[in-house]
Amino acid sequence: MSNKPASAAYTGQAYPITDHTHDVVVVGAGGAGLRATVGASQAGLRTACITKVFPTRSHTVAAQGGVAASLGNMGPDNWQWHMYDTVKGSDWLGDQDAIEYLVRNAPAAVYELEHWGVPFSRTEDGRIYQRPFGGMTTDFGRGPPAQRTCAAADRTGHAMLHTLYGQALRNNTEFFIEYFAIDLIMDEDGRCRGVIALKLDDGTLHRFRGQQTILATGGYGRAYFSATSAHTCTGDGNAMALRAGLALQDMEFVQFHPTGIYGAGCLITEGSRGEGGYLTNSEGERFMERYAPSTKDLASRDVVSRAMTMEIREGRGVGKKKDHLFLHLDHLDPAILHERLPGISDSARIFAGVDVSREPIPVLPTVHYNMGGIPTNYHGEVLTLRDGDPDSVVPGLMALGEAACVSVHGANRLGSNSLIDLVVFGRAAGLRCGETLTAGEKQPDLPKDSADLALSRLDHFRNAAGGTPTAVLRGEMQHVMQTNCAVYRTGETLEEGSELIHKVWKSAADLGVTDRSLVWNTDLVETMEFDNLIQQAVVTMDSAKNRKESRGAHAREDFKDRDDKNWMKHTLAFLDQSSQTVSIDYRPVHSYTMSNDIEYIEPKARVY
Amino acid sequence: MVQLTLPKNSRMTEGKVWPKPDGHDGKPATNLKEYRIYRWSPDDGANPRIDTYFVDLDDCGPMILDGLIWIKSKIDPTLTFRRSCREGICGSCAMNIDGTNTLACTTGMDAVDGAIKIYPLPHMPVVKDLVPDLTRFYAQHASIEPWLKTDTAAPEKEWRQSHEDRLKLDGLYECILCACCSTSCPSYWWNGDRYLGPAVLLQAYRWLIDSRDEHTGERLDQLEDPFRLYRCHTIMNCSKACPKGLNPAKAIAEIKQMMVARQF
Repeated sequence: MSNKPASAAYTGQAYPITDHTHDVVVVGAGGAGLRATVGASQAGLRTACITKVFPTRSHTVAAQGGVAASLGNMGPDNWQWHMYDTVKGSDWLGDQDAIEYLVRNAPAAVYELEHWGVPFSRTEDGRIYQRPFGGMTTDFGRGPPAQRTCAAADRTGHAMLHTLYGQALRNNTEFFIEYFAIDLIMDEDGRCRGVIALKLDDGTLHRFRGQQTILATGGYGRAYFSATSAHTCTGDGNAMALRAGLALQDMEFVQFHPTGIYGAGCLITEGSRGEGGYLTNSEGERFMERYAPSTKDLASRDVVSRAMTMEIREGRGVGKKKDHLFLHLDHLDPAILHERLPGISDSARIFAGVDVSREPIPVLPTVHYNMGGIPTNYHGEVLTLRDGDPDSVVPGLMALGEAACVSVHGANRLGSNSLIDLVVFGRAAGLRCGETLTAGEKQPDLPKDSADLALSRLDHFRNAAGGTPTAVLRGEMQHVMQTNCAVYRTGETLEEGSELIHKVWKSAADLGVTDRSLVWNTDLVETMEFDNLIQQAVVTMDSAKNRKESRGAHAREDFKDRDDKNWMKHTLAFLDQSSQTVSIDYRPVHSYTMSNDIEYIEPKARVY
Repeated sequence: MVQLTLPKNSRMTEGKVWPKPDGHDGKPATNLKEYRIYRWSPDDGANPRIDTYFVDLDDCGPMILDGLIWIKSKIDPTLTFRRSCREGICGSCAMNIDGTNTLACTTGMDAVDGAIKIYPLPHMPVVKDLVPDLTRFYAQHASIEPWLKTDTAAPEKEWRQSHEDRLKLDGLYECILCACCSTSCPSYWWNGDRYLGPAVLLQAYRWLIDSRDEHTGERLDQLEDPFRLYRCHTIMNCSKACPKGLNPAKAIAEIKQMMVARQF
């Protein structure tokens, strides 16, 4: 490919484009992206990893509590129990073939991480330390809590991400760091052919051509006002998929983590409750005993977040405004706090002014994770509904991690199942690339219009001269999502929310960008991120409005029960960019497992 | 005495003083904090300047980073800085605040008396405003080969590591590669091309001391060099600067000790 300048659709101004060709192009350098990068490199494929932040700054770094795998280091455990818990946690919306793949491959994935150098905490006999976590039980929910979550103190994500980055270095990965991916390149056959990205430090455009493109771009927590998510969690890959005409699946399922620090929103790991912490209301009552008599504070996250919301609503919140609750760790042995929860002890001191060994931490359910995303099978291949086939593979495109909806988390993810998701499916994608691709295979020329979509968007926003700054619209979007699409939802709040969020999207026509430079233009990048966020916000709100039942993290007060007869199905939401409308379709939930080693787990009432 | 000055095109000028904001009630805000921030863009050929902003504390979170984001959102969208996790774990928002290298997200505005003066991390090339070019720092980190090296066939399950051996990694593995320590080190300022600097040496020691690693000798060979390791003159700025409370100077001393110990 030559370096001919491509012309922009809007102003006719030319942007020079640099071309790159690789076998595999990974977008994102968090846990999933790095694991896939390492896998594809090890399969002998020339692999590029494009990332908008330096790899160790990806949001995987902020994961605290641990990574789930049935190693059985602390007591009896097996993958069947882990599978049962994950299915129940998902409120039966998870695809059980994918869940079986996840839990069966989990132990090997954790041992692999350990062999690569992750500094796991240790038991007295030198094995990997495992702690209890929400929704993780033994004996198919009948036994005591399982100790299944492998931990490196309360910095497991940090330990994993830095280790994976080291492995990527070891495998001579070609990194493209601080490149912002703008849009996918799709050809007329519906095959993904690569991606266009903006190099931040000089403002040049880069066109990456690959046999396989892998989106590992994370979630979009920043669509909400208060999220544990980093500022960079803007779901860029999800929005690229939407613009490529693909669907996002189960976007109505947004997880609120029970313990974000009140005000700041910073995460306090569920591992703090795993180590013995508990929640209290204004009466000093351990209220979780009422809501989840058997698992109490270690019920799954949706259950705890709803219970907390009820307590606050009924006037038993703490603080001046009675609008939050307390998490107690002050009864724990200071040695345990020091060894196993040092990071959150620091966070509580810095962001809440609290000494956890003496006082409770003020906490509030806070947006944390998106169960929804780009639909894939358990090889990581992106799926779409085509000619009546709900499992039709989109050639050339994979999605992983929080960006994907495999779906192993269904309607509610269990804590510590996301870190294992990253490495198990990151590995699966690398293996699949090894099986299906030939290194160095000649790739056909890209379509003539390959850069048009990305260039027109870039040029449009770079020259946007409207009267509304990006930050204002972003604030409005976050406010609508926080108010109208929260822990509890009703038809009324969602109808109003839909109207309001569409209005925000329409008013984006009046966006104004102040910074006109091309070098490290964060005004421009934040604007493109906002454009990505608002599209996902719209889809989330409309998917939530559409689902008339309560399941997992989607709690409708006007449809209080799960309705398997009508709603045991995945939502697919498509977005028409020109008319700015959402259309909804469905995929069946897989009612089968991957192998004959375990039977499909039939739906039943979900009680903790 | 010799007087050293900055080259002409690096001398800082007084920049724009942005107007004080209005509060929620439309009247001038009264609870203000002054920020004085280094600005430079490669696009305009102008010298670096110091812009002055006033943040409305009644409308803003308590951290230095909250103030920077408030300025970017409400006053000047061109202000450029890195940020991501806002909770001190990603290492993006390292900058020089009130004369000290630290993270903007975990430093409270109340920790600074008077105006908050912010510059990029010192002695690194500046890309724009508060964004330094850390390419060399990252390359140095890669040069110590930060991954576990073993020759023994890997066990089916985990490598066993005693509780005591695991404790040796505490205070080392938590490094977030923010570069606050390295860019506070005068030795690194002078010899940053050849001296690895405290952050990278702390990482080197993290792998040297890991009981699972079997390439200690080779790792020490790589560091046995007048510059890579021995430019540390125990100035200790690194340990003072580390926003995570780690002690790179101690790690460097431990490496030097290992060098001596292996002579016998």
